[in-house]
Amino acid sequence: MLDGLLSFFSFIGSRTISAVWRLGFAARFFGMLILLSGSSFRRINLTLREIYFSGVMSLIIILVSGLFVGMVLGLQGYDTLARYGSEEALGVLVALSLVRELGPVVAGLLFASRAGSAITAEIGLMKATEQLDAMDMMAVNPIARVVAPRFWGGVISMPLLAALFSAMGVLGGYLVGVVMIGTDSGSFWGQMQASVDFQRDILNGVIKSMVFGIAVSWVAVFEGYDSDATAEGVSRATTRTVVTSSLAILGLDFILTSLMFRG
Amino acid sequence: MLKSASNQVVFAGIRKILNTPSNVSSLVDLRDLRFGYGATDVLHGVTLNVPRGKVVAIMGGSGCGKTTLMRLIGGQLKPKSGLLKVCGESVPELDRTGLYALRRRMSMLFQFGALFTDMSVFDNVAFPMREHTELPEVIIRDLVLMKLHAVGLRGSAQLMPSELSGGMARRVALARAIALDPELMLFDEPFAGLDPISLGVIGQLIRKLNDALGASSIVVTHDVQESLKIVDYIYFLSEGKVVAEGTPDEIRASRDPWVHQFVWGETDGPVPFQVPANPYEEALLGAQGA
Repeated sequence: MLDGLLSFFSFIGSRTISAVWRLGFAARFFGMLILLSGSSFRRINLTLREIYFSGVMSLIIILVSGLFVGMVLGLQGYDTLARYGSEEALGVLVALSLVRELGPVVAGLLFASRAGSAITAEIGLMKATEQLDAMDMMAVNPIARVVAPRFWGGVISMPLLAALFSAMGVLGGYLVGVVMIGTDSGSFWGQMQASVDFQRDILNGVIKSMVFGIAVSWVAVFEGYDSDATAEGVSRATTRTVVTSSLAILGLDFILTSLMFRG
Repeated sequence: MLKSASNQVVFAGIRKILNTPSNVSSLVDLRDLRFGYGATDVLHGVTLNVPRGKVVAIMGGSGCGKTTLMRLIGGQLKPKSGLLKVCGESVPELDRTGLYALRRRMSMLFQFGALFTDMSVFDNVAFPMREHTELPEVIIRDLVLMKLHAVGLRGSAQLMPSELSGGMARRVALARAIALDPELMLFDEPFAGLDPISLGVIGQLIRKLNDALGASSIVVTHDVQESLKIVDYIYFLSEGKVVAEGTPDEIRASRDPWVHQFVWGETDGPVPFQVPANPYEEALLGAQGA
């Protein structure tokens, strides 16, 4: 009985120590990543290439998802607003939902699944096939040459993708609310223009997407760099990237929303 | 395959661009080197020496510490104690900047090439030049083609690593390893998984490129017959210690039971066929589950 209890506490203790150690390593890794980011901007082609892979290659999923989310918002919003005779506020509802919340959050989740997992798998496979070691032996720091450009590529892509997601969502809401259901087009755009505040709504949404971009990219490059150098290790790291960054996005969203919109 | 006259052209210059001295007679000097992973000791006092211009093989069975030794020389691991000097510099005492300065004077060929899979053969070979020199692209192009010509793969410059056979990938990695005309080349199992022709080609390239560059090479391998053809000196490692050493002729003539078993591939000898266990009879007839 006592032995069982001791081994239980020992298990909890070792897990806690290991989690804290890994968190510390992730923080040191982040510090090193920032310190070694100079070459990502001096040799901008390296970062542009990663913006292409993380950003441009994610465009299809972001645009299509944004359109459908906006269309659903149009349908649901109209149904609810019609009960109170406020159909003309549909544009406001669609736009605020998207720029404040759904744009950054859903685009962040999609970005984590599409680009974050790809970044982790690529870095993890480079590690497993000794490409990072080879680079290190050539006196080229892999954090500066491989990790930093991917990190900044993700950080820059994420707000742009969130903005495109929101724009497509508004278009989707317009197609359903105005073109299909027949809400007044002038009210849709006019009320949206009057009610959406640039600083309070749009800028805060952009800040959120930037924070999510940093979080997802950090998790993705760290998990790849820290993965076990085996096929199973890379697979686990990829899964961890999607799970950790999704939870980070949702948790950070609550914190940021409470700071930005508490009244 | 490789003509010495053209070697002077192929390998002239980059070392001067990198401004690296090359006046140390003994390139690698290890004395009583000890290393372990955690509580498990892997090397128990290794002493060996690699003179300039020579090809030295480190041989031994799997898990004897060969690759660990290579990683120590390359500065990827730090020893527990002992002396470890490469090009006259004490590797464990170097900071990252010093280590990178030293690594520009050496190169390492990994077991399976470790080519960058998102770059073509040409870009793989050009990579160290682009990273460490300010050479114009037109000069880099010529140098890369010379390096690829030296390993017989100039015609494959535009292929991607996924389009290469194992032997070709190893040769491209060799071309990349000599891109900056290193003083020291480290080869980790260069013959593993190759067909006999590729194996012979890689062996000859190691020897000829070493001589053309005036470099020194350390070949970690357990391919005895191929190594005896190309190396100048051999160290045998067993259980983290040097157990025998000598020139290829001395090794062939050796009566040391350990060397004899390893060179002639005998299944039983000082290295037993059976892993240590309790007596066979006891296991079969004794308590169940023994």
